[in-house]
Amino acid sequence: MIEFRQVTKRYDSDHTALRAVNFHLDRGELAFLTGHSGAGKSTLLKLIMVMERPTAGEVIVGGQKLNSLPRRQIPYIRRHIGVVFQNHQLLFDRTVFDNVAMPLEVMGASPEDTGRRVRAALDKVGLLKKEKMNPMQLSGGEQQRVGIARAVVNKPPVLLADEPTGNLDPELSADIMRLFTQFSQVGVTVLVATHDIALINEMNRRTLTLNQGQLVAGGGVSGH
Amino acid sequence: MATDSRQKPDNRRGANRSRSLLSDQARSYLGHHRKVARDSIQRMWKTPVASAMTWTVMGVALALPVALLLLLTSLQGVSAGWESTARITAYLAMELPAEEARDMAADIESDGRVVSVQLVERDQALADFRASSGLDEALDFLEENPLPHTLLITPEDSARSAEGVQALVTFVENMNGIDQVQVDLGWLQRLNAMTDILARAVWALALLLGAAVILVIGNTVRLAIENRRDEILVAKLVGGTDAFVRRPFLYTGAWFGLGGGLVAWLLIQVSLWWLSGPIERLAGLYRSEFTLQGPGFDGALALIIVAMLLGWLGAWVAVRRHLDDIEPGDIAGG
Repeated sequence: MIEFRQVTKRYDSDHTALRAVNFHLDRGELAFLTGHSGAGKSTLLKLIMVMERPTAGEVIVGGQKLNSLPRRQIPYIRRHIGVVFQNHQLLFDRTVFDNVAMPLEVMGASPEDTGRRVRAALDKVGLLKKEKMNPMQLSGGEQQRVGIARAVVNKPPVLLADEPTGNLDPELSADIMRLFTQFSQVGVTVLVATHDIALINEMNRRTLTLNQGQLVAGGGVSGH
Repeated sequence: MATDSRQKPDNRRGANRSRSLLSDQARSYLGHHRKVARDSIQRMWKTPVASAMTWTVMGVALALPVALLLLLTSLQGVSAGWESTARITAYLAMELPAEEARDMAADIESDGRVVSVQLVERDQALADFRASSGLDEALDFLEENPLPHTLLITPEDSARSAEGVQALVTFVENMNGIDQVQVDLGWLQRLNAMTDILARAVWALALLLGAAVILVIGNTVRLAIENRRDEILVAKLVGGTDAFVRRPFLYTGAWFGLGGGLVAWLLIQVSLWWLSGPIERLAGLYRSEFTLQGPGFDGALALIIVAMLLGWLGAWVAVRRHLDDIEPGDIAGG
């Protein structure tokens, strides 16, 4: 589902964020991406979301080579990738419902369809009763779950999470990881960037480790 | 949250299904346009003072050239009206006796292209001049009457075109005993020349003010874009196309245009009402039919459509310039 072939990303002559990275994630696989700050985690995620283009090598998502993708096709790729951020990126000028509905709105879904799918997503993360509230009124853990509901509302085959448990206590983190596990069980490819070693050890999943732009562990064949 | 539904191939559902899907899509596309249009109006209402100020700036900038254009149209109407009453003045040779002048008057009057000919004899002309000029005593010093006999020729309606009048002038000029022929169109030509200059000046002004309107709207929309930066970022992240992200701002521009056009129309109507009394009096003094024409329904509609287009264009410039700068590249930290 996600494949990197000899991917190098160089920002300018003296800063190479990724060096010849190779890996392949299957459909329904849940993997961690770890490494120190500045090791290249964010760059790797940005390459998958086509926020950045690789300097060399190939990034393939869902069978589509992203290198040669024309700019105007980028939105359509992003509709197949759900993203969860550490800082949620929720909009505080609208309700929880409207936040979660955004991916459906950009796709031009009908109002009935939107209502049904948004409620299904909110139900999944246990926030069905709070759809009319403003995200500002929710706790940090609840806000993160709204972010997850938004990431999965249009059932993307790929889910990326950037430090999704960064600000949460261990119990809430475990809740969120349980959600990610459930998504992977129904076929979603989940990649979680984190440096929460305790969490990674607890989950015992495949872990891609980056060190100064090089993939030093987890790059081989899938652990399953 | 499975991918199952996505992987079911759509083509298995048959042509009917895909056709109804297509019409569903068209409906939700239109529905989205309606929603965005409504949202952008509501946003405008939320900041009534700022919106009203933008409308007023646009209104003033639009009203000025439109008012001048209306004045110009009215002036052109005047010259067209007076062209049709053109008269030809023929001055006869000084030494020509009065009887011959009368014969010539009769000759010309018999021409099909002429309605009437009035002969002003030189003695009468001098008497008139004495009476009207007040130069009574000065004229006494003259040894002889300096004025010739004069024929005032009024052409037929059919001969009142520019060529018709010119042909008649040539005909009269070629007659014996004619000293000089004058068509009293000189002042009209001067008026026409002036309205031509005015027309160009007005169009130049309209272009400049139109550009100003585009810039004002562009700046207003730029601020709106800054205010909604987060929303734009998220929309781009979840796969909003450029068109999707632009749409609310383009509607905002068009609505600003609508407000500006209405303000401009209002300003013009009020000014017309304010000026109509004095203009009627002035026209009365000149015995002229001159009236200042309002824009009418068509004109008002055109004004508002142009204003909306300018607003849309201004928004488009701002959107082109600033939306592409907002890319979600910086959103993920570390």
